[in-house]
Amino acid sequence: MSDTAALVQLTAAEMAEKIRNKEVTSRELVEAHLAVIEAAEPQLQAFLKVSAQEALAQADEFDALSDEDKAKLPELAGVPIAIKDMIVTEGIETTAASRILEGWVPPYDATVIERLKAAHMPILGKTNLDEFAMGSSTEHSAYQNTMNPWNTECVPGGSGGGSAAAVAGFEAPLALGTDTGGSIRQPGAFTGTVGVKPTYGAVSRYGAIAMASSLDQIGPATRSVLDSALLYEVIGGHDKRDSTSIPEPVRPAAEAAREGAKRDLKGMKVGLIKEIGGEGFQQDVLDRFNECVKLLEDMGAEVVEVSCPHIGYALSAYYIVMPSEASSNLARYDGMRYGLRVMPPVDVPQTAANMMSYTREAGFGDEVKRRIILGTYALSAGYYDAWYGSAQKVRTLIIDDFNKAFDQVDVLICPTAPTTAFKFGDKIEDPMAMYVNDIATIPANLAGLPAMSIPAGLSGDGMPVGFQFLAPQKRDEVMYKPAAALEAALEEQWGGPVWKSMNTPWLEGLNK
Amino acid sequence: MAEKLMKYAEATDKYDVVFGLETHVELSTNTKLFCPAHIEFGGEPNTQLTPVSLGLPGSLPVVNETAVDYAIKLGLALHCQINEWSQFARKNYFYPDMPRDYQISQYDKPTNGEGYLDVELEDGTVFRVPIERAHIEDDAGKNTHVGGADGRIEGADHSLVDYNRAGVPLIEIVTKPITGAGDRAPEIAGAYMRAIRDIVRALGISRAKMEQGNMRADVNVSLRPSADAPLGTRSETKNVNTFRGIEKTLRYEIRRQAAILDEGGEILQETRHWDEATQTTAGGRVKSDADDYRYFPDPDLVMLHITQSHIDEIAAQMPEMPRERRNRLKDEWNFSDIEMRDVINADALDLIEETVKAGATAAGAKKWWLGELSREANNQGVTLEELSITPADVAEVEKLIADGKLNDKLAKQTVNFVLAGEGTPAEVVEKRGLKVVSDDGALEAIVMEAMEANPDVVEKLKSGNMKPMGALIGAVMRATKGSADAKSVTKIVMSKIK
Repeated sequence: MSDTAALVQLTAAEMAEKIRNKEVTSRELVEAHLAVIEAAEPQLQAFLKVSAQEALAQADEFDALSDEDKAKLPELAGVPIAIKDMIVTEGIETTAASRILEGWVPPYDATVIERLKAAHMPILGKTNLDEFAMGSSTEHSAYQNTMNPWNTECVPGGSGGGSAAAVAGFEAPLALGTDTGGSIRQPGAFTGTVGVKPTYGAVSRYGAIAMASSLDQIGPATRSVLDSALLYEVIGGHDKRDSTSIPEPVRPAAEAAREGAKRDLKGMKVGLIKEIGGEGFQQDVLDRFNECVKLLEDMGAEVVEVSCPHIGYALSAYYIVMPSEASSNLARYDGMRYGLRVMPPVDVPQTAANMMSYTREAGFGDEVKRRIILGTYALSAGYYDAWYGSAQKVRTLIIDDFNKAFDQVDVLICPTAPTTAFKFGDKIEDPMAMYVNDIATIPANLAGLPAMSIPAGLSGDGMPVGFQFLAPQKRDEVMYKPAAALEAALEEQWGGPVWKSMNTPWLEGLNK
Repeated sequence: MAEKLMKYAEATDKYDVVFGLETHVELSTNTKLFCPAHIEFGGEPNTQLTPVSLGLPGSLPVVNETAVDYAIKLGLALHCQINEWSQFARKNYFYPDMPRDYQISQYDKPTNGEGYLDVELEDGTVFRVPIERAHIEDDAGKNTHVGGADGRIEGADHSLVDYNRAGVPLIEIVTKPITGAGDRAPEIAGAYMRAIRDIVRALGISRAKMEQGNMRADVNVSLRPSADAPLGTRSETKNVNTFRGIEKTLRYEIRRQAAILDEGGEILQETRHWDEATQTTAGGRVKSDADDYRYFPDPDLVMLHITQSHIDEIAAQMPEMPRERRNRLKDEWNFSDIEMRDVINADALDLIEETVKAGATAAGAKKWWLGELSREANNQGVTLEELSITPADVAEVEKLIADGKLNDKLAKQTVNFVLAGEGTPAEVVEKRGLKVVSDDGALEAIVMEAMEANPDVVEKLKSGNMKPMGALIGAVMRATKGSADAKSVTKIVMSKIK
């Protein structure tokens, strides 16, 4: 095991500590991760674009700061990060894994990118995803498949499969994702990493390419609960450029995570969502879930069953709201101003309308077209009330369910996904089977709640299983405490982080 | 193809006219409705942009609060219900000048609900126009079609898009169907549009220059056999941007539709365009059920919450409304109803007020703007405002007259030279030497000369026959090219013959 391999296997918080202790520079961290990326990419294909030069320049800029200036920066200063290619980065091509944006270099940074830059966190590159974040396996990327580091025959989940695989495969210690129906958490579950969807409005969406505006939320993908908390504190907080941003300071998540690591949950009431689990859930997913529940109880938490009676309608409501908003959000990709432009063939009138049609036909993949068609239909005159209107009412009922549940308990729990990572091609021809994989993650998006998936162990065939916490709106810190406690208890059982069981051939033979 | 038209009087006699106006008013905020891009008329194409106004991926709209306050001001002026909660929706349709391919517009929850506007017609009649709503929306960019015959898209080789206007805030004032206007519909439409123009100017929320596209209207017209019959099918003539055009559109549509109905034909529900060149409306797109904008609340924007205390704050700062101002000025200036109406019709109210402020009497200011200057504007084919003379100039001329430095004839000459661009009245008087010769020394010499040249006249005067005095004055006038003051001449002559 080389020094590079040992370095990249640290958590981001540990890397940050080494920087502060002058045991490592930001440049050395960036170089180590670039080396892993070079070694791993042929097998993982997590990145659409590696921004090595930019990352090294940012690292050098940080390393050149005085100790005094460094002390003023967030704890993760100098630690590199990968960005889902759904988030715009000035000067670095941003495609949403779609042909329609191929070659588009944004002239501006998303708010979260500005905040990472202000924290001097070098950006390693842009990670793969399902086109416009539409999918649960990253197979809908227009460019490439991303492989699950645990088993390269399996998908890494989606839509943020690239970010999750990069973090799980040690190509990056941290990554950003976007979560509209589980796109951070489900890949977290599939790759044995931590994935967090903050409260809707807790992290600015300015510069996150919109899929479904009322559901989209940027959040961290990391290998530890504390790392997620630290990253959330860097990117969170009010932004006046996003009207839906909550005008309040960021919640004390890192403090809660550190408190949780003490593994004392006495006085905490945990609600097990009755309606999520059972039929359609893989047995070893349920087994790992139940073992975790036991651990929570062992640490003093009181676990009770709570009912969210309308949660059964969540998936249906989601598949009305999400495509409706997406159909409108994706209208702008028309070939007029940026991205792909396909002119009609010579025998077709060369009009703007025809150019738009040919561009969109060529530029969008099947899943994107499917959702645009669904959404266009759902918003049509005469159907609006029956579809979009009803879905919004269901959404209100689900919010009410959660409000009642949080009257009884501090935090809610359920499995993150019904299954572990599936094989390439397993569900790609069956949209419904793919959609159902998000059944446990979607309710948090519909209700705007913060939610987090952490590794709960492995299935019989050695694939990671996810365990999900949900907290009340605007109180993100509430879930970090039990999550960190459970993480600590599990790592004690396993004798280290879950990835100790993972084969990482790309780390072999790295020298430093 | 010339369309059949019924005589106007016959049309309005046979059919009951129902019309409605959708007036777009561009707000004069410094920045756009949803982003801080600067707004300036006539800027270089595509220079007033941000990621938001270009609809770049990831960009998000944030409501300009000044635009909302402007909307509330207008709502108050139009006696609208100001809604506590209002909401922006997306109006989805593909068009090259729309950066997001949807317009952000208030839909079922506008900031301003029902209201009304009383408009005064030329004969003093007051007609109440019912308002349905006045909602906020953003404008689209501007297409320029290149290579075609007349700038139209038909036959064009290619088109250019300027997104500077994209995102500029608009308020759309929608009337309810206006009934009971009869043959006065065009007059009422014109008076309503002028009243809106005066109000938004008084409020300072729009430059309201029709020629710059700050104001434009869609004119809806339908006819029915009688006032108790159900509403007929309407035509909608889009983007008419002159007051006269709006009046003419109504007149034309009434005549056109009456001719069709008279032959048992059906009116198409369609959008039409007013063609200034042919003075007709031309058929455009037929509206059908296929027009589906798939409106839904914009999830990027939160609902607007307007508290009563905020409304009260704005209400407390409302300026005087045009009608009240007119009544006040009428009293202050001591004008009769007819005089005031002439002032309004000549669009001279602001100009006279400014002239009075600059020191002139109201009667003096009115005399110039409604007399000589109106004739000149008419000759030049421009508005009074566009004449190259300012209220301050007019006030200065009045002062020169009052001081006896100009007589009427010289004042007119002076004004003409100011209009010709020769400078301010004082400069013109100086340069052209137009001063009344009131300098007693100089005038006395000229009078003496005239007396010496006309001894017989002097004799008659000396004998007490004052009749030939005119001949002496005439001679002095000729000698001074009209710049002498007759009274002064008489005075000097009298002193000499004593």
